Amino acid sequence: MSHDVLAAALGLLAGTLSALFGVGGGVVFVPTLIFLGASARVAVATSLAAMVPVVLMGSWRQTRYGSVTWRDAVIIGVASVPTAKLGEIVADSLPNDTLQRLFAVLLVITAVQLAVRALRDPAAH
Amino acid sequence: MSRRTLALVGIGLAAGFLSGVLGIGGGIVIVPLLVALVAYAPKRAMATSLAAILFTAVAAAASHAQAGNVDWSYAALIGLPATAGAVLGAWVHQRIAPRGAVLAFSVLLVVSAGKLAL
Repeated sequence: MSHDVLAAALGLLAGTLSALFGVGGGVVFVPTLIFLGASARVAVATSLAAMVPVVLMGSWRQTRYGSVTWRDAVIIGVASVPTAKLGEIVADSLPNDTLQRLFAVLLVITAVQLAVRALRDPAAH
Repeated sequence: MSRRTLALVGIGLAAGFLSGVLGIGGGIVIVPLLVALVAYAPKRAMATSLAAILFTAVAAAASHAQAGNVDWSYAALIGLPATAGAVLGAWVHQRIAPRGAVLAFSVLLVVSAGKLAL
Protein backbone atom coordinates (compact mmCIF):
# COMPACT_ATOMS: atom_id res chain seq x y z
CA MET A 1 0.00 0.00 0.00
CA SER A 2 2.73 2.48 0.94
CA HIS A 3 4.38 1.52 -2.34
CA ASP A 4 1.16 2.53 -4.12
CA VAL A 5 1.16 5.89 -2.31
CA LEU A 6 4.77 6.43 -3.37
CA ALA A 7 3.89 5.53 -6.98
CA ALA A 8 0.94 7.96 -6.99
CA ALA A 9 3.07 10.74 -5.46
CA LEU A 10 5.78 10.15 -8.07
CA GLY A 11 3.10 10.15 -10.78
CA LEU A 12 1.85 13.54 -9.62
CA LEU A 13 5.41 14.88 -9.52
CA ALA A 14 6.21 13.40 -12.94
CA GLY A 15 3.13 15.00 -14.52
CA THR A 16 3.91 18.36 -12.95
CA LEU A 17 7.57 18.34 -14.05
CA SER A 18 6.62 17.19 -17.53
CA ALA A 19 4.18 20.08 -18.08
CA LEU A 20 6.33 22.61 -16.25
CA PHE A 21 9.39 21.95 -18.40
CA GLY A 22 7.55 21.02 -21.60
CA VAL A 23 8.99 17.52 -21.91
CA GLY A 24 6.88 14.51 -22.81
CA GLY A 25 5.43 12.36 -20.05
CA GLY A 26 7.44 9.32 -21.16
CA VAL A 27 10.75 11.05 -20.44
CA VAL A 28 9.81 11.17 -16.75
CA PHE A 29 7.50 8.11 -16.56
CA VAL A 30 10.04 5.54 -17.75
CA PRO A 31 12.79 6.41 -15.19
CA THR A 32 10.10 6.70 -12.48
CA LEU A 33 8.81 3.19 -13.25
CA ILE A 34 12.34 1.77 -13.33
CA PHE A 35 12.99 3.48 -9.98
CA LEU A 36 9.84 1.76 -8.66
CA GLY A 37 11.31 -1.60 -9.65
CA ALA A 38 9.85 -2.24 -13.13
CA SER A 39 12.08 -3.75 -15.83
CA ALA A 40 12.90 -1.46 -18.77
CA ARG A 41 10.52 -3.47 -20.98
CA VAL A 42 7.60 -3.11 -18.58
CA ALA A 43 8.49 0.56 -17.92
CA VAL A 44 8.35 1.39 -21.65
CA ALA A 45 5.01 -0.40 -22.10
CA THR A 46 3.46 1.00 -18.91
CA SER A 47 4.65 4.54 -19.65
CA LEU A 48 2.62 4.49 -22.87
CA ALA A 49 -0.54 3.39 -21.07
CA ALA A 50 0.01 5.98 -18.30
CA MET A 51 0.41 8.67 -20.97
CA VAL A 52 -3.08 8.17 -22.43
CA PRO A 53 -5.08 10.13 -19.79
CA VAL A 54 -2.39 12.84 -19.71
CA VAL A 55 -2.48 13.48 -23.47
CA LEU A 56 -6.28 13.16 -23.49
CA MET A 57 -6.53 15.99 -20.95
CA GLY A 58 -3.77 18.00 -22.65
CA SER A 59 -5.26 17.81 -26.12
CA TRP A 60 -8.72 18.65 -24.80
CA ARG A 61 -7.34 21.80 -23.13
CA GLN A 62 -5.28 22.79 -26.18
CA THR A 63 -8.30 22.25 -28.46
CA ARG A 64 -10.30 24.65 -26.28
CA TYR A 65 -7.51 27.24 -26.67
CA GLY A 66 -7.77 26.68 -30.43
CA SER A 67 -4.12 25.63 -30.72
CA VAL A 68 -4.61 22.18 -32.30
CA THR A 69 -4.71 21.59 -36.06
CA TRP A 70 -6.67 18.35 -35.90
CA ARG A 71 -6.38 17.44 -39.60
CA ASP A 72 -2.58 17.35 -39.31
CA ALA A 73 -2.68 15.64 -35.91
CA VAL A 74 -4.82 12.84 -37.37
CA ILE A 75 -2.42 12.33 -40.32
CA ILE A 76 0.62 12.17 -38.01
CA GLY A 77 -1.21 10.03 -35.47
CA VAL A 78 -2.52 7.49 -37.98
CA ALA A 79 0.88 7.27 -39.73
CA SER A 80 2.50 6.52 -36.35
CA VAL A 81 0.37 3.43 -35.69
CA PRO A 82 2.25 0.85 -37.84
CA THR A 83 5.71 2.07 -36.83
CA ALA A 84 4.68 2.08 -33.16
CA LYS A 85 3.93 -1.63 -33.60
CA LEU A 86 7.31 -2.11 -35.26
CA GLY A 87 8.96 -0.24 -32.37
CA GLU A 88 7.21 -2.51 -29.88
CA ILE A 89 8.63 -5.56 -31.67
CA VAL A 90 12.13 -4.03 -31.56
CA ALA A 91 11.78 -3.12 -27.85
CA ASP A 92 10.56 -6.63 -27.09
CA SER A 93 13.58 -8.18 -28.83
CA LEU A 94 16.20 -6.03 -27.07
CA PRO A 95 17.75 -7.08 -23.74
CA ASN A 96 16.52 -4.95 -20.82
CA ASP A 97 19.90 -3.33 -20.16
CA THR A 98 20.27 -2.29 -23.82
CA LEU A 99 16.81 -0.75 -23.74
CA GLN A 100 17.71 1.05 -20.53
CA ARG A 101 20.93 2.44 -22.09
CA LEU A 102 19.04 3.61 -25.19
CA PHE A 103 16.65 5.43 -22.89
CA ALA A 104 19.61 6.99 -21.04
CA VAL A 105 20.79 8.43 -24.39
CA LEU A 106 17.34 9.93 -24.95
CA LEU A 107 17.45 11.52 -21.48
CA VAL A 108 20.81 13.15 -22.19
CA ILE A 109 19.56 14.50 -25.55
CA THR A 110 16.46 15.91 -23.83
CA ALA A 111 18.57 17.49 -21.07
CA VAL A 112 20.92 19.16 -23.57
CA GLN A 113 17.96 20.44 -25.63
CA LEU A 114 16.32 21.90 -22.51
CA ALA A 115 19.51 23.52 -21.24
CA VAL A 116 20.32 25.08 -24.62
CA ARG A 117 16.77 26.44 -24.93
CA ALA A 118 16.89 27.88 -21.38
CA LEU A 119 20.26 29.55 -21.91
CA ARG A 120 19.24 31.06 -25.27
CA ASP A 121 15.79 32.29 -24.30
CA PRO A 122 16.11 35.98 -23.41
CA ALA A 123 12.71 35.93 -21.63
CA ALA A 124 13.90 33.34 -19.11
CA HIS A 125 15.47 34.43 -15.88
CA MET B 1 -0.37 13.32 -52.04
CA SER B 2 0.94 16.84 -51.49
CA ARG B 3 4.44 17.44 -50.18
CA ARG B 4 2.94 18.80 -46.99
CA THR B 5 0.90 15.64 -46.39
CA LEU B 6 3.96 13.52 -47.17
CA ALA B 7 5.93 15.48 -44.56
CA LEU B 8 3.18 14.86 -41.98
CA VAL B 9 3.13 11.13 -42.78
CA GLY B 10 6.93 11.00 -42.47
CA ILE B 11 6.77 12.76 -39.09
CA GLY B 12 4.18 10.22 -37.93
CA LEU B 13 6.26 7.24 -39.07
CA ALA B 14 9.34 8.49 -37.20
CA ALA B 15 7.40 9.39 -34.04
CA GLY B 16 5.63 6.03 -33.95
CA PHE B 17 8.85 4.04 -34.09
CA LEU B 18 10.52 6.10 -31.36
CA SER B 19 7.39 5.81 -29.26
CA GLY B 20 7.15 2.04 -29.61
CA VAL B 21 10.80 1.46 -28.73
CA LEU B 22 11.26 3.95 -25.91
CA GLY B 23 7.81 4.40 -24.36
CA ILE B 24 7.62 8.10 -25.11
CA GLY B 25 5.00 10.06 -27.03
CA GLY B 26 7.31 11.23 -29.78
CA GLY B 27 6.90 14.96 -29.21
CA ILE B 28 10.69 15.20 -29.17
CA VAL B 29 10.63 14.64 -32.97
CA ILE B 30 7.11 15.85 -33.84
CA VAL B 31 7.50 19.39 -32.47
CA PRO B 32 10.83 20.33 -34.15
CA LEU B 33 9.81 18.64 -37.43
CA LEU B 34 6.45 20.47 -37.57
CA VAL B 35 8.37 23.73 -37.11
CA ALA B 36 11.09 22.84 -39.64
CA LEU B 37 9.08 21.09 -42.38
CA VAL B 38 5.55 22.46 -42.15
CA ALA B 39 6.33 25.99 -40.86
CA TYR B 40 4.35 25.63 -37.62
CA ALA B 41 4.71 28.17 -34.80
CA PRO B 42 6.21 26.40 -31.73
CA LYS B 43 3.06 26.77 -29.63
CA ARG B 44 0.76 25.26 -32.29
CA ALA B 45 3.37 22.55 -32.93
CA MET B 46 3.31 21.51 -29.25
CA ALA B 47 -0.50 21.49 -29.10
CA THR B 48 -0.91 19.58 -32.36
CA SER B 49 1.81 17.14 -31.28
CA LEU B 50 -0.21 16.34 -28.12
CA ALA B 51 -3.26 15.53 -30.22
CA ALA B 52 -1.21 13.32 -32.57
CA ILE B 53 0.35 11.51 -29.60
CA LEU B 54 -3.13 10.56 -28.45
CA PHE B 55 -3.27 8.15 -31.43
CA THR B 56 0.36 7.04 -31.02
CA ALA B 57 0.09 6.35 -27.28
CA VAL B 58 -3.16 4.39 -27.61
CA ALA B 59 -1.76 2.30 -30.49
CA ALA B 60 1.63 1.72 -28.88
CA ALA B 61 0.12 0.92 -25.47
CA ALA B 62 -2.29 -1.56 -27.10
CA SER B 63 0.56 -3.19 -28.96
CA HIS B 64 2.71 -3.50 -25.82
CA ALA B 65 -0.33 -4.76 -23.87
CA GLN B 66 -0.76 -7.55 -26.41
CA ALA B 67 2.82 -8.59 -25.65
CA GLY B 68 1.81 -8.65 -21.98
CA ASN B 69 4.22 -5.94 -20.85
CA VAL B 70 1.84 -3.28 -19.48
CA ASP B 71 1.53 -3.14 -15.67
CA TRP B 72 -1.99 -1.71 -15.47
CA SER B 73 -1.97 -0.86 -11.76
CA TYR B 74 1.23 1.17 -12.21
CA ALA B 75 -0.24 2.74 -15.37
CA ALA B 76 -3.22 3.98 -13.34
CA LEU B 77 -1.15 4.91 -10.25
CA ILE B 78 1.22 7.01 -12.38
CA GLY B 79 -1.06 8.18 -15.18
CA LEU B 80 -4.03 9.52 -13.22
CA PRO B 81 -2.07 11.64 -10.68
CA ALA B 82 0.18 12.71 -13.56
CA THR B 83 -2.86 14.10 -15.38
CA ALA B 84 -3.63 16.32 -12.37
CA GLY B 85 0.07 17.21 -12.14
CA ALA B 86 0.16 18.19 -15.81
CA VAL B 87 -2.70 20.66 -15.29
CA LEU B 88 -0.84 22.10 -12.27
CA GLY B 89 2.46 22.25 -14.18
CA ALA B 90 0.86 23.98 -17.17
CA TRP B 91 -0.70 26.56 -14.83
CA VAL B 92 2.65 27.32 -13.16
CA HIS B 93 4.42 27.35 -16.54
CA GLN B 94 2.30 30.27 -17.76
CA ARG B 95 3.41 32.39 -14.82
CA ILE B 96 7.14 31.80 -14.54
CA ALA B 97 10.04 31.01 -16.84
CA PRO B 98 12.55 29.70 -14.31
CA ARG B 99 15.90 29.29 -16.07
CA GLY B 100 17.60 27.97 -12.93
CA ALA B 101 14.86 25.37 -12.50
CA VAL B 102 15.16 24.24 -16.13
CA LEU B 103 18.92 23.80 -15.72
CA ALA B 104 18.43 21.92 -12.43
CA PHE B 105 15.91 19.64 -14.16
CA SER B 106 18.39 19.04 -17.02
CA VAL B 107 20.98 17.97 -14.44
CA LEU B 108 18.40 15.64 -12.85
CA LEU B 109 17.78 14.04 -16.27
CA VAL B 110 21.51 13.51 -16.84
CA VAL B 111 21.91 11.99 -13.37
CA SER B 112 18.96 9.66 -14.09
CA ALA B 113 20.57 8.76 -17.42
CA GLY B 114 23.80 7.89 -15.62
CA LYS B 115 21.91 5.66 -13.18
CA LEU B 116 20.09 3.90 -16.01
CA ALA B 117 23.19 3.39 -18.13
CA LEU B 118 25.55 2.10 -15.45
